[in-house]
Amino acid sequence: MTSQLTGPDAWDEARASDIIAELQGLDGPLLPILHAIQQAFGCVPEAAEPLIAAALNITRAEVHGVVTFYHDFRREPAGRHVLKVCRAEACQSMGAEALVSHLERSLGLRCGETSADGQITVEAVYCLGLCAVAPSALLDGVVVGRLNERKLDTLMAEAKR
Amino acid sequence: MSLRLFIPSDSGALAVGAEQVAAAFVAAGNKRNLALEIVRTGSRGLYWLEPMVEVATPQGRVAYGPVEPGDVDGLLDAMTQQAPHRLALGPTEDIPWLKRQTRLTFARCGVTDPMSLDDYRAHGGLKGLARAASLGGKASIEEILQSGLRGRGGAGFPTGIKWRTVAEAPGAQKYIVCNADEGDSGTFADRMIMEGDPYLLIEGMAIAALAVGASKGFIYIRSEYPHAIATMERAIVAARAGGLLGKAIGGSQQSFDLEVRAGAGSYVCGEETSLLESLEGKRGVVRAKPPLPAHQGLFGKPTVVNNVLSFAAVPFVLAEGAKAYADFGMGRSRGTMPIQLAGNVRHGGLFEIAFGLTLGEIVDDIGGGTLTGRPVRAVQVGGPLGAYFPRALFDTPFDYEAFAARDGLVGHGGVVVFDDTVDMLKQARFAFEFCSIESCGKCTPCRIGSTRGVETIDLIRTTDDRASRIALIKDLCNTMKFGSLCALGGFVPYPVMSALNHFPEDFDVPQRQAAE
Repeated sequence: MTSQLTGPDAWDEARASDIIAELQGLDGPLLPILHAIQQAFGCVPEAAEPLIAAALNITRAEVHGVVTFYHDFRREPAGRHVLKVCRAEACQSMGAEALVSHLERSLGLRCGETSADGQITVEAVYCLGLCAVAPSALLDGVVVGRLNERKLDTLMAEAKR
Repeated sequence: MSLRLFIPSDSGALAVGAEQVAAAFVAAGNKRNLALEIVRTGSRGLYWLEPMVEVATPQGRVAYGPVEPGDVDGLLDAMTQQAPHRLALGPTEDIPWLKRQTRLTFARCGVTDPMSLDDYRAHGGLKGLARAASLGGKASIEEILQSGLRGRGGAGFPTGIKWRTVAEAPGAQKYIVCNADEGDSGTFADRMIMEGDPYLLIEGMAIAALAVGASKGFIYIRSEYPHAIATMERAIVAARAGGLLGKAIGGSQQSFDLEVRAGAGSYVCGEETSLLESLEGKRGVVRAKPPLPAHQGLFGKPTVVNNVLSFAAVPFVLAEGAKAYADFGMGRSRGTMPIQLAGNVRHGGLFEIAFGLTLGEIVDDIGGGTLTGRPVRAVQVGGPLGAYFPRALFDTPFDYEAFAARDGLVGHGGVVVFDDTVDMLKQARFAFEFCSIESCGKCTPCRIGSTRGVETIDLIRTTDDRASRIALIKDLCNTMKFGSLCALGGFVPYPVMSALNHFPEDFDVPQRQAAE
């Protein structure tokens, strides 16, 4: 699990090349490479695309197409903490939408955005497989279920400390 | 004095505090100088009782739940003195909700240590692979055919026919791919197996490899399942060390190795051809069929693509024989289905039982109605692309054909319960919206139809001419159903049309506003 506490490292071309070299021997290496790049740098910077393209002998457009197809890959690093709130049907049935509105109000942001102080990014996720303990969320990779406004406020306060 | 405790590390249990409970037991044990052996298991699937803690007694395992860290001292008193406790549930196996089930696939889940290959063996594991190795590929496929097992991912295609097609396809390199991109809301059975009984999935895939002659397999797990990914990766390492993977699997001539691949947040990658594209490192864009993946799948080679639950059903079929499995079920739906009760339901969790129970029995009887205590109004079966069922259709038996006859689908077995506060116009809108977010963009009906659907539903809310808008929705659904390349666009009409047909009052906006 990725801990957001240490924060991502600054872009480093040599390190990115090492990551690519380490994984390019896999069958279908592009997704594992993109995951590893994002793990290291907190996002997939544009500067990574030509490096990957050259190593895998594909066009830069192909790499760009894959990066932008998948919801997981970011172009900018997220806030220090990432809260992924489930907005799929099972959580909807337990009031997920009202929770999202509460979060947006209390943090002063819209789902998908990062708070002005860079502390927290709130994103929608469509199902965490915690549908029997709905509503649920993932805070920095830690699963939380049976959420309500009070529980969310406590989590947010703890995260900000 | 010492105690042997079982505490789940399933993410559904972790989400409600299992880790804190385990830590509290460790601390309390230290304080009392009481030797505690804590075994971390999967979940038994009774999520309203999680975190559920079990203790080994001479009479078998006894359960307590739902446990909070503050309960731990009192529980240790009760456990050491065999005294009553308000959280006591009695012998685990006698809990009625568990006792009523037929656990073939989930027999070990919540019972054993998911990481222990010895535990797996001691509880009947690897018998299926051994028998497959002695039968050989052709006879193993025949067993699967005779069992009547159909793809548990949702499509319900006979697994044995798929395997036979791959076995007969020419080519030296073949692949086994497990679709663990369990994206449907209301489903978590794949996750539970991967976290609670990972060797079962590995054994099922190994049997498939043996049957069709494949040397390499991939498990494509969605990135939203970090615990499942971690558990499967550790299990694969242990399986290699323990000889379950590698050369001569199960004592056969076949070698087989596995790799876990993480998805990247795309729902459509649960569609088998887009999953293959994703594994190849491309955009998850759906392929036109034919060619079938069985003929030209991963990297153009013959490939078995099955859901986690399909592979997980295989070891039982091989170990106990096709008939033992096919004896359960109804009609053409043979064996058991792990039903997942989710959403606004009192007794949410995993309920594995033979096909044939009615939807009403599942929701009212097993689920115990809503968690909020309000009346059940709608039940969505089969994920975001499944139909909404009203109470009037609660006599529908859980069976692929019976659900299809009522314009619905069993899908991956998820049952999401809504109480009477649900707004079905909003749910229909969400079905279109979800499709517009997740469409791969290849075919027009799905890519554009979903967006037009959202807009048209918004117009139902705001304009007077609702009749023509509703006619437009119906027309759009017809186009998407028959014109889309895959089930994403093709099945969106199920939730939309069922909402419209069974809950028309929610689409009559002025009347609703007057009533409010």
